[in-house]
Amino acid sequence: MAYLVRRTANSLLLLLLTVSFVFIAGRMIGDPALNMLGPGASDVALEKLRRAAGLDDPLWLQYIRYIGNLLQGDFGVSYRFGFSVLPSENLDEIGQPVMDIVLDRLPATFLLAAVAMGFAVPAGVLMGVIAAAKPRSIADRIVTVIALAGVSIVQFWLGLMLIVFFAVHLGWLPTGGYGGFSHALLPALTLAARPIGRIAQIARSAMLDELAKPYIVTARAKGVQEGRVVFLHALRNAAVPVITMIGDELSALLTGAILVEKIFAWPGIGLLIIDSLSRSDLPLIQASIAVVAALVILVNLLVDLCYRLANPRIKLGNGA
Amino acid sequence: MASRPIVPGEEIVDGRDAGISTGDYVGAIFRDKVTLLAFVYLAMLAAFTVGAEFLAPHQPIGLNLRDRLLPPGTTGSKGAFHLLGTDELGRDLFSRLIYGARVSVSVGMIGAIVSCFVGVVTGLTAGYYGGLYEDIVMRLVDGMLSLPSLLVALFVLFVLGGGYVNLILVFSVLHWMVFCRLSRGLALDARSATYVKAAKALGAPGLRIVFRHILPNVVAPVIVLFTLEIAILILSEASLSFLGFGVQPPDPSWGLMIADGREHIRSAWWLVTFPGLAIFLTALSLNLVANWVRAVTDPVQRWRWFSGKQQR
Repeated sequence: MAYLVRRTANSLLLLLLTVSFVFIAGRMIGDPALNMLGPGASDVALEKLRRAAGLDDPLWLQYIRYIGNLLQGDFGVSYRFGFSVLPSENLDEIGQPVMDIVLDRLPATFLLAAVAMGFAVPAGVLMGVIAAAKPRSIADRIVTVIALAGVSIVQFWLGLMLIVFFAVHLGWLPTGGYGGFSHALLPALTLAARPIGRIAQIARSAMLDELAKPYIVTARAKGVQEGRVVFLHALRNAAVPVITMIGDELSALLTGAILVEKIFAWPGIGLLIIDSLSRSDLPLIQASIAVVAALVILVNLLVDLCYRLANPRIKLGNGA
Repeated sequence: MASRPIVPGEEIVDGRDAGISTGDYVGAIFRDKVTLLAFVYLAMLAAFTVGAEFLAPHQPIGLNLRDRLLPPGTTGSKGAFHLLGTDELGRDLFSRLIYGARVSVSVGMIGAIVSCFVGVVTGLTAGYYGGLYEDIVMRLVDGMLSLPSLLVALFVLFVLGGGYVNLILVFSVLHWMVFCRLSRGLALDARSATYVKAAKALGAPGLRIVFRHILPNVVAPVIVLFTLEIAILILSEASLSFLGFGVQPPDPSWGLMIADGREHIRSAWWLVTFPGLAIFLTALSLNLVANWVRAVTDPVQRWRWFSGKQQR
C-alpha cells in the first residue's frame, strides 16, 4: 500500500514536471501574443491582448496561474480552432477551450488502439505459443522471422504500403478518414505490426522457460493431453512477462498513433498534435501533450502494479 | 545443442581455456546464411556512409526536370542509367539512397554512441557506489523512461528547430537511460563477484575497479543493447524527418524521401517503396546482428556457432 502511494506520487510529480517543461519551453519559442495574432498585427492590438491575457505579468505569476488553471481542468483556449480566419482583435471572440478539443479526439485514438491490440494480443500470443511448443521446427522459424520483421518495420511506411495495395491498387478499403470498421482496419493493422512481433517474441521465450520446468514434466508424465499442458499449465504461468509487454506496447502505441493517424488522416489525438504543432497553437500543443503524457504515465503505472501484484516474489514497498 | 553430453566426473572447462580466437568469431559469421547477409548489408551501408561521393553514380541534389519520375531501370535523356528511377525533380533515387544512408546511419550511430557512453558511465558508477547518488540517478532514469520519448523528441525539435545536430542532441538526452539501467544492474551483480573483491583487497581505487575490472566483463550485453538501440534511433529519425521535424531538405534522409514520395504514391510507387525498404533492411540486419552477438558471447550457446570446435 505504501508502495502504491509512493509510486502514484512519483507519477504525479513526473506529470507536473512534464507540464512545467512544456510551459517553459513553449514560452521560449517566441512572443505568444504575436504568435496568436499573426505577424501582421498592430502594436496596439498586441498590447491589448497581452494585458487581457495577463501576458505582461512576470513569468512566475503566469506559471502559477497556468498550473492553477490546469488543476481545475482548464488548459486555456485554442489560438486557431473555432476561428474561420485568424482571431480578430476583439477578444470576446475567443477560441474553443482546448480541453474540449482534446477530449473530443480521444475516443478515435482509443478505438484505434483497441482494435490494434485486439489483433495483436491473440495473434502474438498464439504465434509465440506455437513457436515454443515445437522449438526449431518450421513453424518456429516462420514465427521468428515474422516477429523480427514486425519489430524492424517502419510503421508509417507499412501504412503507406497498405494504402497503395489495398486502397489504391485493389480498391477494397478507403485510403483514410474517419468512419466505421473499414476505415479503422488499415490503420489498426499498421499499428498492430510491432506489438505482434514483440508479444510473439516475449511469449515464445517465456513459454520456452515454462515448458522446461519440472511441473510440466509431471503433467506430461501423468498423461495430461499436450494441448492442455501447453495452454492451461504453461501459458498461465508465462502470462506475467507477456502482460508486462502488452502494457509497454500499449504506451508505445499511443505515441505510434501520431504517425499512423497522420498517414490515414484519422482524427485522433495524434493527428491533433501534428496539426497543433504545425499551426503553432501553443495551448493546444500543451494540452494534447499533457494528456498523452498522462495516459502513458498512467499505463506505465498500471503495468508496474500488475507486474508486482502478479509476481509475489517482488517485494512491494521496497521498489528500487 | 550438437555437443556431446558432459560425462559425470569430467572437468568442466572454462570457455577461455578452449582458446577462442578472433578467427572463430569471423568464422561464426559465415555459419548462418541469414546472419551473413545481415553483415554484408551493414558493411555495404558502412561503405555508403564513408564513401558516398565515390559510390553514388549521380549527384543527390540538383534539378533535371526532363528526367522527372522515371521508373526503375530506365535510361535518362543524357544517357544516364537510373537503377531505381528518379524523383519528382529528376534526381537519381539510388544516389539519394546512398547519401541518405550517410545521414540516417550517422544520426543513429552518433546518437547511440553518446547515449551509450553517458548511460554506461552513470550506470556502472551508480551500481558500484550505490547510496544517494544511485538513488538520484535511478529516480531520474525511471522518470525519463516512463515518458513517451517520440512525443518528447517531437516537442523539443519543434521548440529548437529540426536539423542534423539537434536530432543527435535530442536522441542522446532521451536514450541514455536504457544503457544506465542495464549497466547499473550488471554493476550490482559484479559488486559481489570474487574478482571485484580481490581487486578491492589489493587496494585498487573505486574508479579503477569500475572501468578496468567491471567494464570489460559487461561489454557483451552492452554491445547487444547498443546494436538494438541504433536500429531504434534510425527508425525514430525516419519518423521525425517524415513529420518534418528531423533532417531538413535538401539533405537526403530516408524518412524525408518517404515524405516527398508520398505525394506521388499513386503514380511513382518506387519513391516510397525503396527508402522504406532500406530502413527496414537496416533495422532487420541490426536485430539479426544483435542476436548473433548475444549468441556468440553466451558460453552455453556459442558452441553451435564455432565450427570444428566442440564443447570440451
